[in-house]
Amino acid sequence: MALLEIRNVVKRFGDFTAVNDVSLSVEAGEFFTLLGPSGCGKTTLLRMLAGFEQPDSGAILLDGLDMSRVPPEKRPVHTVFQSYALFPHMTVRENIAFPLKMAGWDRKKIDSQVDELLEDVRLTQFGQRYPHEMSGGQRQRVAIARALVDRPRLLLLDEPLSALDAKLREQMQIELINLQKEVGITFVYVTHDQGEALALSHRIAVMSHGQVEQLDIPERIYSHPKNRFVADFIGQCNVLEGTVKAVEGATMVVSIKGCGDVKCSTVPGVVSGQAGWLALRPEKIKLDKELPDLPDEAYFKGRVHDCLYMGDVTIYIVEVGEGVLVEAMLPNNIPGVAKFFDDHDLVEIAWRFDAGSFLTE
Amino acid sequence: MTLQQRIGKWVLSWPPLVYMVLFFLVPTLIMVVAAFRYPGDYGGLAPMYSVEDGKVVWDLTLENFQRLTEDALYFDLFIKSAGYALATTLACILMAYPLAWLIARSPKRYRDLMLLLVILPFWSNFLIRIYAWMIILGPQSAFTRAVNWLVTGLGFEPIQLLFTPFAVIVGMVYVHLPFMVLPLYANLEKHDMALLDAAQDLGANAWQRFWRVTWPLSLPGVFAGSALVFIPALGMFAIPDILGGTDSIMIGNLIKQQILDTRDWPFGSVLSIMLTGGVLLIAALGAAVARGGRKRG
Amino acid sequence: MAKKNAWWLWAAAILTYLFLYLPLVIVVVFSFNDSRLNAEWVGFTLDWYRKLFHNEKMLTAAGNSLMIGVVSSLASTVLGTLAGIALHKYKLRFLPFLVLTPIAIPELLMGVSLVIFFVIVNQLLGILELGLITIILSHIAFCVGFVAIVVRARMQGMDESLVEAARDLGATPFQAFRLVTLPVIMPGIIAGALMAFTLSIDDFVITFFTAGVGAATLPLEIYSMIKIAVTPEVNAVSSLLMLLTLVLIVIASRVSPSALRANG
Repeated sequence: MALLEIRNVVKRFGDFTAVNDVSLSVEAGEFFTLLGPSGCGKTTLLRMLAGFEQPDSGAILLDGLDMSRVPPEKRPVHTVFQSYALFPHMTVRENIAFPLKMAGWDRKKIDSQVDELLEDVRLTQFGQRYPHEMSGGQRQRVAIARALVDRPRLLLLDEPLSALDAKLREQMQIELINLQKEVGITFVYVTHDQGEALALSHRIAVMSHGQVEQLDIPERIYSHPKNRFVADFIGQCNVLEGTVKAVEGATMVVSIKGCGDVKCSTVPGVVSGQAGWLALRPEKIKLDKELPDLPDEAYFKGRVHDCLYMGDVTIYIVEVGEGVLVEAMLPNNIPGVAKFFDDHDLVEIAWRFDAGSFLTE
Repeated sequence: MTLQQRIGKWVLSWPPLVYMVLFFLVPTLIMVVAAFRYPGDYGGLAPMYSVEDGKVVWDLTLENFQRLTEDALYFDLFIKSAGYALATTLACILMAYPLAWLIARSPKRYRDLMLLLVILPFWSNFLIRIYAWMIILGPQSAFTRAVNWLVTGLGFEPIQLLFTPFAVIVGMVYVHLPFMVLPLYANLEKHDMALLDAAQDLGANAWQRFWRVTWPLSLPGVFAGSALVFIPALGMFAIPDILGGTDSIMIGNLIKQQILDTRDWPFGSVLSIMLTGGVLLIAALGAAVARGGRKRG
Repeated sequence: MAKKNAWWLWAAAILTYLFLYLPLVIVVVFSFNDSRLNAEWVGFTLDWYRKLFHNEKMLTAAGNSLMIGVVSSLASTVLGTLAGIALHKYKLRFLPFLVLTPIAIPELLMGVSLVIFFVIVNQLLGILELGLITIILSHIAFCVGFVAIVVRARMQGMDESLVEAARDLGATPFQAFRLVTLPVIMPGIIAGALMAFTLSIDDFVITFFTAGVGAATLPLEIYSMIKIAVTPEVNAVSSLLMLLTLVLIVIASRVSPSALRANG
């Protein structure tokens, strides 16, 4: 049985349906991420897990027990808030001790447990400080320590890194992964940052408009987006309009509009004549003055339309057919060379057939 | 809402609600009704109804309101009070604007202190602040003598400062100035200084920059401050009572006289209602302007 | 980034500050002046203060003012805190109007309606004769709104998720209020209480209407001295009142740094 089971949960605010019939389950020990743009319902779902909102219908089961009518203070679930929500009038120690006091622990046990947590998050010397006397990263660690101190079954994290600057964010990501491994508590993580989600999670649920668009491991989400929304939302992606021409077992032929025929992996249920889109990551595309036309690769001639120099890589926008623009990304791996091609250069592009995935919606 | 939340809401909102109904709403309603009653024989109010042959006869009247129209004196007094309040407001704008501007453009670490210095006098007793002007404008004060030295030097008769409309307005400006500085500052502080650089870059001189950029953007602050000054100034009675002469009384003095001295409560109530009406009108006007300002902003 | 301000701006600002402070300075200076007239400096004396401390009426009035200030600020702090929290937490129809209007209208109007109300109640029920009690009741009525505004501002400044965090970590709604909300808004409550106390001690207009004949407060006593015979004794009592206000402000500023800190 899964640790957490969300069954057909619906939440409306007036006319607005924030969460629309979501079902998913999270296994014990998992680092699970809800990913989506703002307003997609991920935070509402998290708040229902914490107990701040009640679902209009559906059930939330924790260890098989329905939680939907249990108030927040009675749930073995803690939250790390986006703003950290550290109590400003309490020291770090007092903040971390708060859940233990609420649970009625005796003083001695509280002290030793708090000491242990302070050590876990490497803040032993900071126990007597007030939250406002600490840096963003330190506050973050206090918030996590406070939420972990009484070993909840589930830790909810609501965009916990969004207030930190980019450098610190990366460092905290590593700390989070290690901490989760160490304590073995199930994390449910909410973020709108796809990079963060890909880096941290065991599994990701991509949400939009109150529904789960795709639920899978990060690699599958990235390389095989289920639909245009996921393809667009996660990373850079070429989305080329086309029609299925023929299905030949494991591969099928797609005719790209204004361009030509390419092969790609068959999508179950797709029939010949069906319209859709071919999704293709820019870094999967080869680009050169001349390329061999190999049997297991798509191959086109084109002309460079624009170049974007990004430092580590350069993105070339290549016009391969009438009005069909494909982005290709090449690493700048030769010192001193910023661009391998210029605007209007004639080039050739190619990609392995299994690099593209066909989307029907 | 759960039962717990409902109890919480009840516990929080009922005590202040009951108190304010009892000591604000009910008295106000009684005052409104009093405006339609007859004055009592020894002041106060006559009974509201009498019982004749087992039937209740209401003794209510519109006479108190008619009295307003019978004598131009009352209307004139309203106009004069509005004039005093307006003069006070304008003077406050003139004095507060440069100060608020300066504070808003000063380095952040000084702003709090500069603002505190504006507010500090406001915390001293109201009467003391008026009394101070009694001293300054009094006939023997250094200030009055200096003014009169100047006036006589120019060939005019010596003038009196205390117990004149001038003294009333000075007193009202003094008491209300912080109420103009604060909203003006709050507004000016939010201005993007780059706008002025942009205006200068596009060829506006200092005056044009002020008149075309800063001033229109500061109007919400000006109106907010004006409401905060004009409304209490309109209903002022202590300042004209202390600093004014017989010719510089305001509507508030008449109300005080009707309620406490003549004890003609119905007419005093009528005047109070008119004053309330004026205040509401100004407040509504201010709110409308503020809304318009927000839309544009 | 701030540009240098023009000299005339500084000049105007300094003149305005002088306008604000010179009158108060004059009052204090003449309280030490050895002359009945507040006109010319004659010599230093403490006579006016000595006289003041032997003025039975003034001392009684000061006692009354203090008592009224303490009682009405305590009561209005309780009511205003409840109202301020309620105004922040709920969409209420009547409470905002009832609590906030008294701040917006001229004090005179409240004085008029309250004196009529108290006299009528006294005639009908034989209670609430004009005096200290009616003054206190009136002061509470106009102070509640000020406290409510300060407390509401404090509530608005508080991170909503603090209460949720407390619940999340095992606190009941009441525990969350007692252990988190109340301590966090406490600087606002204290500031509101000091404000109510100052407003009450200073109030003249409403007190003037609701005092009746017997009860005298410090402002009423000052008023009658100003109206009848101005002597530097008024300056002396004024200076002492200013000193009291300054002390209160210093206390308030001791409270507010923690308020600033609590905001992070």
